Amino acid sequence: MSTELPSAVPVADTGTDLGPLALGNTEPDAPIPTSRFGAYLQDVMSSSIVLTILAVFASLVIGGVLIAATNADVQAASGYFFGRPADTLEAIWQSVSGAYAAIFRGGVYDFTSDNFASGIGSFLSSLNFATPLIAAGLGIAVGFRSGIFNIGGTGIILASAGVAGWVGFAFDLPAGIHMIIAVIAGLFAGAVWGFIVGFLKARTGAHEVIVTIMLNYVALYLLDYLLNSPVLRDPSSNAPISPSEKSTAIFFDLLGPRYPVNFGFILVILATVFCWWLLSRSSLGFKLRAVGENPRAARVAGIRINRMYVYVMVLSGILVGLAGVYQVLGKVTTGFERGIDAGIGFTAITVALLGRSKPGGVFAAGVLFGILQAGSYTMQAEQGVNVNFIAVIQAVIVLFLAAPPLVRAIFRLPTPGAKPRSRSKALAASKAAATATPTKMGAVAK
Amino acid sequence: MTTVADKPTTSTSEAAAPRLSRKAPIAMGIFALLAILLLIVFNRAGLSHIEFTPNQKGAVQIPLLNVAGGPTEIVIAILLALMAIGSGVLNWFQLRTRLWYIAIFAILIVTGFLVWASAGLSGQLNVTDLLTGAVAISTALIFGALGGVITEKVGVVNVAIEGQLLMGAFVSAVTATVTHSVVAGIIAAAVAGVLVSFVLGVFAIKYAVNQVIIGVVLNLLVAGLTTFLYQDVLLNSISALNSPPSLPRLPIPGISLIPVLGPLLFNQNIIVYLMYVAVVAVTIGLYRTRWGLRLRAVGEHPQAADTVGINVGRTRFWNVALAGVIVGVGGASFTLGGVGAFGANMTNGAGYIALAAVIFGGWDPIRATLAALLFGFTENLQSVLGTLQSPVPNDFLLMLPYVVTILAVAGFVGRVRGPAASGRPYVKS
Repeated sequence: MSTELPSAVPVADTGTDLGPLALGNTEPDAPIPTSRFGAYLQDVMSSSIVLTILAVFASLVIGGVLIAATNADVQAASGYFFGRPADTLEAIWQSVSGAYAAIFRGGVYDFTSDNFASGIGSFLSSLNFATPLIAAGLGIAVGFRSGIFNIGGTGIILASAGVAGWVGFAFDLPAGIHMIIAVIAGLFAGAVWGFIVGFLKARTGAHEVIVTIMLNYVALYLLDYLLNSPVLRDPSSNAPISPSEKSTAIFFDLLGPRYPVNFGFILVILATVFCWWLLSRSSLGFKLRAVGENPRAARVAGIRINRMYVYVMVLSGILVGLAGVYQVLGKVTTGFERGIDAGIGFTAITVALLGRSKPGGVFAAGVLFGILQAGSYTMQAEQGVNVNFIAVIQAVIVLFLAAPPLVRAIFRLPTPGAKPRSRSKALAASKAAATATPTKMGAVAK
Repeated sequence: MTTVADKPTTSTSEAAAPRLSRKAPIAMGIFALLAILLLIVFNRAGLSHIEFTPNQKGAVQIPLLNVAGGPTEIVIAILLALMAIGSGVLNWFQLRTRLWYIAIFAILIVTGFLVWASAGLSGQLNVTDLLTGAVAISTALIFGALGGVITEKVGVVNVAIEGQLLMGAFVSAVTATVTHSVVAGIIAAAVAGVLVSFVLGVFAIKYAVNQVIIGVVLNLLVAGLTTFLYQDVLLNSISALNSPPSLPRLPIPGISLIPVLGPLLFNQNIIVYLMYVAVVAVTIGLYRTRWGLRLRAVGEHPQAADTVGINVGRTRFWNVALAGVIVGVGGASFTLGGVGAFGANMTNGAGYIALAAVIFGGWDPIRATLAALLFGFTENLQSVLGTLQSPVPNDFLLMLPYVVTILAVAGFVGRVRGPAASGRPYVKS
């Protein structure tokens, strides 16, 4: 973790620098399929979607073990396991299936309710959890695509939530305009917070990982200070909490007051589309990705990578800032505390990784994690399994995703390409493939 | 971005540097200006009561010191200004500002600040308690920083210090409660740290996954796991699982009676003594042994190390594991060395401060230890000043380590340069 830029280090081909994108393709094995059908099958079996699904599945299995191991009934029944093993198995099944069914009912569809309108409420409340995760995940993902690791989501969310929340309760403005100004102010705060990181990286070479971690705490204590000062503190409250947001500033409901889906969700959909357009259709996005893939090549190609770092961090700050804005104007509108970030800054990293840093993927990953979070509250209320269980699941999913060979080993999947006899041969083959042609090696060989 | 040219030239005094870095005088000048602003412009008059020996059985009693706040602050501010100018003069004559010079400067700043903050308050500022508390807070930070130095020196970025500390705290509390043995608790903490290290090592070294990602995810995993187990298991049976015995203080006969230093350094629990051993061992080990040489070679230039027959992957893996032992023991100081029982997320970002100390300390064990002490001191200072009802906003003192670290990595304070290959997976080719 030097202060130098990756590009300035004269160490060649020792692996990728900050390439979370390369999570799935850092293996040295080259794809050398045996037959056309075999190639197709191997493509499917080693595709990132299959791996993602398997990683989620494996994590749920591990989570099931965790639930069973900590369940009181299971522990009681296992005391006489050799007397009546069926009791233990029964208890394990009850605890695990109960917990996952509760997550489903709380996060996707409540099948115990009598009509669709109330059953689907679960999914809509999941969207309420998913919205800030998607927004922040997009911000992190844009950074990943440009080779920047932004772990400062927490700080950006706190900064933007503080500013948007302040505008939301401190001013008297007409409905609509008030909301727009609050949103813009919050996004601006996020942009400033991101700009600090990008500027320091571009001008001094300060590593963004360190700067963002440190800025998280700076934002936390700054917000804490303001929440204890007349600026943000609700004078009528004993605790350091801000006043309620004015009704003119908060996001309006889309489906009536019954469902917690509001205008913020529209903003997040727009942000997702914008990110897709930016990354895959715009000139700026092309430059950003070029910097992310290979900064040295990008510089040789005439891209001013320092400027790109600043752009990326500002953009990342705006997107993550949207999550902060949503927290105060869409989710917790009754006044915010220092914990308003709700861990989204870090969960967003896992969302971005699960979504493979692609806007659509991030959207889907955000919805999945939103479902897990909304469901976890039902699970805690009904099954007595603590909500932090979800944090374990989320982390394990990403761990599995990070190492595709591990998932393949667990599920006995074929590695991409026929298994060569030795590692050095595989490397030689991959080198040959890389130098010969960027297209499918198998097609050429046939 | 090629402005990183000032790489190794000025790092040793022997090197024929064309021009000495002006950072030290500039930084001292800035701090002196701040001191003048605080101590002279915002001068706070009134007596400041500074106490050295609290009511305990010290062999020597130092009387209560009553300092007149106003004049003392002005004198200190002038001294600071003179020292800053002195540093500039030294620089002019191509002489480096030595570490002891900076240390005296820093102590003066702290003294001036303490007098300023306590002037006119009725309470007494107890220096011994202030420093002892700082050591207590710093212990975990120092263990974390030492582990961080080892992992980074061997070429693996360790963001997972936080997770290792938290895991160590959790496992040590549970083990010590179940076995009624603090020693077992400390050993279990070390094992817990190693387990986290193993995951980090396998993913970072074998699967060549981005190390920062694995670190962050491990922190999330450990935080989620320990909180889940705490809420679902420990809270249901607090007496059986989460009421560990506290570590006794072990005064070293004789020298523990020295005023201030005795209670500060030699009347501590076993983890603090282990920390002294660890600091010395890591420092000597890194720079004076074959182990340290190999470790640094792997972190600086893995290809070269590989060429001379050092197994890069194995060296990295086992040193990351070793760092897990050290950080895990540090985690035990949260529970066994402090409050005893485990609490959800009780490390509260200490691992990230330790990471900051590693960087602020320039990847050197001694400097990182000093940085950790400094950070522990500021943290304790804010709680002491808080109880004295001083006008200093706590939040800004708490923010200080982080701001200082940002300034450090941005190159405004000191010069930081990490191991060259840190963070890069080594794939043998």
